[in-house]
Parts: sequence; structure tokens; C-alpha cells
Amino acid sequence: MAAIEQQGAASGRSGSGGGLSMRTKRLLWVWSFLAVPILFYTIIRFYPTFQAFYLSLTSWDLVRPPKLVWFANYIKLFKDPQFWKVFKNTFTYLIIGTPISLVLAFTIAFFLDRVRFMHNLIRALYFLPFLTTAAAMAWVWRWFYQPPPIGVINDVFGMLGIPQQPFIRSTDQALFSIMVTAIWAGLGFQIIIFMAGLRAIPGTFYEAARIDGLGEWAILRKITLPLLKPTTVFLVVFSSIGFLRIFDQVYNMTTNDPGGPLGSTKPLVLMIYQTAFNSYAMGYAAAQTVVLFTILLIVSLLQLWILREKK
Amino acid sequence: MRKATLFAGLVAGFSTFAFNAAQAVEIEYWQYVFDTRVKAMDQLIAEFQKANPGITVKQVTFPYADYQTRVIAANMAGNAPDVIQLFYGWLDKFVAGGLLAPLPKDAFPHDKIEKDFFPIVSAMKRDGEYYGLPTAVRSLALFYNKKLFTEAGLDPSNPPKTLDEFVAAGQKIAKLDGSGNIVVAGSTVDMGGQDHQWWREVLIRQFGGEPYKDGDTKVNYNNEAGLKALNFYTSLQLEKKIGKAGFMDEGQAAFRGGKAGMTIDGTFRLGSFKSIKDFEWGVTELPANAQGVRSNYASYFANGISAKAKGEELEASKKFLAYITSPAAMEIWLKTVGELPALRSAALTDANLKDPIYAPFLKGLEYAHTTLFKDEQGQRQNAIDMVNRVLLEGQSTKDSLAQAAEAEQEMIDAAKP
Repeated sequence: MAAIEQQGAASGRSGSGGGLSMRTKRLLWVWSFLAVPILFYTIIRFYPTFQAFYLSLTSWDLVRPPKLVWFANYIKLFKDPQFWKVFKNTFTYLIIGTPISLVLAFTIAFFLDRVRFMHNLIRALYFLPFLTTAAAMAWVWRWFYQPPPIGVINDVFGMLGIPQQPFIRSTDQALFSIMVTAIWAGLGFQIIIFMAGLRAIPGTFYEAARIDGLGEWAILRKITLPLLKPTTVFLVVFSSIGFLRIFDQVYNMTTNDPGGPLGSTKPLVLMIYQTAFNSYAMGYAAAQTVVLFTILLIVSLLQLWILREKK
Repeated sequence: MRKATLFAGLVAGFSTFAFNAAQAVEIEYWQYVFDTRVKAMDQLIAEFQKANPGITVKQVTFPYADYQTRVIAANMAGNAPDVIQLFYGWLDKFVAGGLLAPLPKDAFPHDKIEKDFFPIVSAMKRDGEYYGLPTAVRSLALFYNKKLFTEAGLDPSNPPKTLDEFVAAGQKIAKLDGSGNIVVAGSTVDMGGQDHQWWREVLIRQFGGEPYKDGDTKVNYNNEAGLKALNFYTSLQLEKKIGKAGFMDEGQAAFRGGKAGMTIDGTFRLGSFKSIKDFEWGVTELPANAQGVRSNYASYFANGISAKAKGEELEASKKFLAYITSPAAMEIWLKTVGELPALRSAALTDANLKDPIYAPFLKGLEYAHTTLFKDEQGQRQNAIDMVNRVLLEGQSTKDSLAQAAEAEQEMIDAAKP
């Protein structure tokens, strides 16, 4: 960037007489356009981010001016049993949700790649949930999970003679019931990306392997999976961030008792939302946001590190 | 020369502006978006402007979810409205933020307020000053499904009057399938609905207690009365099998769907239940205890004058507030929104008391209590969790109650300014 500017300046000097050279004019032109998104980002994104760091050190309830309390919010947060519960929930979504969704997506993509019969239709069916609004989908699932007499899943269980399950009305099952819907919603996208990754592997590799007499399992392990690594890393990061930020599904499936029952499904984002917009404890909410930011930052840095390792 | 003309023009401009201002004053009124409320207010404003030609009122509305934040942000930016609607539970925050001015005593004398309005208006009083008055109030009552009553062999014209009758009726109506699942609930069990208010302000009192002390700043239910109230409530599901939390997702949905014999809900549900076509329903007062003690929970949105309103705008705001809390305005509000008048004289008319739907709610207002929430959502959540610990995790009611009392006290203390 600096080099370009210098070049522009240099050619500007060598240009004939007064006025700006073509190059300088073009640079000015380019930067005046670039300034719009940069300004936008600075004002809309970066300024509030730094403001949040500052607010996390204050006790602000919206009404009165913020009062500096230094690290009181963080101390309160780390002592709050609810925070640790929410922390555990968030990582349960992440640690169980991400591998399951990736294995599922890969398996489906792997076999779908070989299916010719109605290939497009099947792919579209898998992709459809990704296009649907999370809120609408969450409500449909919420009704699926209802106890008898209205829940479809329990109806089927009843016909098969399986005992009725409480699903989202149980502190043990609720989190997983919601996780299933989140996995299902993201599956279509992951399948498409995996399929693109699979298609990008040159067919000659497979031909050579088959000529050498490698079995299907060996081909998968030695060729497909290693060559698919960039795709996998991308999806791991993408899906991790998705699970760390999970909100819509949880909120919409538990609106009467958000994040319930007994906070068993509550992710960090929902806790932040409630602290900020139900209790109006903005300083405390900002501290929670900073913690979430740090977690997301660590995940993103890990991504960079893994990608660099590959090169 | 040019400057002088410009100056003259400016002066002329200012003077016409000042002249207009003396002639007509515009005040701004804020409330949240709710179709019938907005329509009712439009009608009230039209009536008011007809009677006060010099004053125009501009109604500004915001979605409920944003409303508080908007008000507070506008106040910080110095753009607060003149007359503003607020939930009674927000008063502490609005007063602490310097948003509201005490109602001027010349226009709203205290003895008159206390004589004319229902007693729950006291929730708008802080340090000897009133900060707002309601147009309409809401209370709770017991809704019952006449069809299910008849099917269960109960008299649909004689709904339960006491808690014992309520339980007995619920047990007759409730139907279970072969594996013990509820198919029809006798009554809904839904802490996330209005049941937490019923438990807090009604059941605790009926079992001889008082939910809070010292202006609702000290939790006072971790005792025998609180325990009895919680035992009664959780036994509806656990022992008497009248209903089940989460049945049909929500209590009101179960009742609407004709799958629940009874449900406790507020005046604000009337609009939704009026569209029920499949069965006839009735309303009755919340059941009394064996000694005849009754209680109710009432809440309301009040209208206050902002601290920003000064001079002519203040005078206009006083007039407007006086009008929207007058019997005539309350009648329009009742017809359009369906909420009960906040003035005794406007509420307890013969016509209203004969109305089979309004009467039970109105009777409830006479003995209703209004919880001075410090963190409404948090305190509600705390009550939901208390019952869930018993219903879902098998915790003893005694332990759960103690835990809830402690947590709520912490919440109240934390909300102190």
C-alpha cells in the first residue's frame, strides 16, 4: 500500500508541470471510494468494539452515566455460577456439534458425489434448511418436540412402543434436542462445500491409485482426506464460530423460559442478550461480550496457525 | 444593505415563529406499538384536539422490544417526549434517570388520585410524589371451557369459587391416556405464563403470607406460607395430575386449543380468546381460599410527564394527561383496547359489573396487589426456575424455595441504585 503511494507520488513529481498526474488522480479516486467502507467499518464496527472494552470496566445501566469500576464486572462474572453453566453449554454445543456435523456432512457429500440418480434434487433437499429462516425452523422443531398429544416425534414413538421423551422440557435432553436442529440447519451448506472440495481433487490421482491396486478405504485415507484438508479446516472454523454464536435456535425454541429449562440450553450470546436488554446491566453485558470476543479470537488465531502449518 | 434586509427577514421570521408558537403548541406522546392501543390513542388525540384547538399532539410509537431503550436513548440525547407511557415496573429506572417529573399537585391533587383511582395506583408513588397515572389496568381471572365442564359433568354456570373446588373440577376434567400422558388438562400449569404472578401475589397470601416486605425490597416467602403455596402449586402436576408444565407448549395455547378446562390469564388475553370458535368459555374470579381470602395481581401502563416539558408544553401536557386519564377517555380505551378503566367511577358502572366478562376482572381490582419488581424478567425467571427444579429435577420444595428466595434477594439488592 505504502509502496503504491510512493510510486504514485514519484510519478506525480515526474509528471509535466502543475496539477496532479494521472496516477495520483487515479489513486485519489480509488482511495475516495475505499474511504467509504473504511470509514463505515471504523464507525460502525471498530469504535463500538473499543467502546465495549471500556464499558466492560464500568457499571452502566443506560440511565445514568457510566461509572468506572475497573475489573469488578469480570470478577463478578468469574464468580457467577450461571456464567460457568453457560460457558459449559456453549462449549458443549461446540465440541459435540462441530465434529458430528462435519462427519455427517462429509459422509453425505462423499456418497452423494457418487449418486447420479436425482443428484440435483437430493442436493437441493439437503441445502433447503440452510435457506430457511432459523426462527421459522426453530418453531417447527419446537412443535415436533412437544409432548403428546401434539408432538409428531412422540406420536411416532408412541406407535413404535418407545417411551415418550420430554425433549426440550428436560434438563438432560434439551441441549441436544436443540443441537440436532442446529446441525441439520447447517448441514446443507457443509455438504455443498465438501462436494466442491471433492470435485476439486484431480481424477488422475484416483486413477493412479486404482492402477496401483489401492482399496477404497486406502484411497479415502491416503488421497481424499489429505487433499480435502483446506476444505475441512475452513468448515471446522466456520462451524465452530457458528456454534459459539448459537442464539436463534435456542431463543426461539425456548421463548417462554429463554435458555431453559433451568438454563440448561443457554449459550453465552443469550446470556449477554438477557443481561443487556432484560436487566439493562450494560457494563456487565459488555464484560461478557469481551469474554466471547476473546474466545472467538483464540479460535480464529488457531485457524491461522493451522493454515500456516499446512503451507 | 443586503445584510440589513437579511437581518430584517430573520427578525420577521423569528417573530412569526414566536407568534405561531404562542398560538399553537405541539407536544409529543410516546407509546409502544400495539394496533388497538395506537388506534385508541389516535381517537383520544382527535377528541382532545377538538376540545383544545391550540394544542396538537403527535403520537410516536416504537416496537415494544425497543421501547425502553429508545426512551432512555432519547432522554440522553435531549429528545425526550412530553408525555410518555411506561410500565409501572419501569418507574424506578425512569425516575433515577431523571426522565420523569412529579405530577404537578395543582392539576393532580393527591387526595383526589387516591380517592378516585384503584389502590394499585400507589405503585406510581415515590417519596411522596406521583409520577404517572394509568388510563387502563389489567388483572387476572380464571378462564374456563364450558364445553369441557359439561362433558365432565360439571355445571358450566357455576365455576369453582374456592381452591378446593378448583382442584376438584380440574381432576374431573383431566384425562390421561394409557401410558399416563395428559390428553386433556384440568387446568394449565405454566409458570412462564401468569402462574408466577398467581403464586407470588395470590397463593402466598392465601396461605397466610406476604411475598415481600419493605416496599417489595425484602423477600418474605421463605417460610411456611411460601412453602404451602409452592406445595399447592407443584402438587397440581405431581400429585393431582390436573395439568403438566409444557402441555401443548403454552398454557394459553392449550386453552385455545380446547385441551384445557381452566387457565389463569389476564385481561390482555381477551382479544386472543375472543376469536375462539370451537367452544364457549367463561371467566370467573380467581378462586378464594377456604377462609374466603381472595387476592389478585394487577398491572398497568401509566402515563407520565417528562422532565423536559416546560412552560407552554408543560401546561399542554398537563391538560393532555388529565384528558387521557378521564372517564371519557377510559370508556374509549375499554371499547377499543378492552382494558379496564383505572378510575373506580368509570370501571364500576352497572353496565360493566353486569358484563359477564369484565365483572370478574373488575372485582379482582378491588383486592389486587401490584408487585414492585426491581428486575421484572429476572424475578419472573427465578420463579420459573424454582418450580422447574421441583418438577424436572425432583428437588424438594423446601430447598427450591430457599434457593429462590436467596437468589431473588440478591437480584433485588443488585438492582438498587
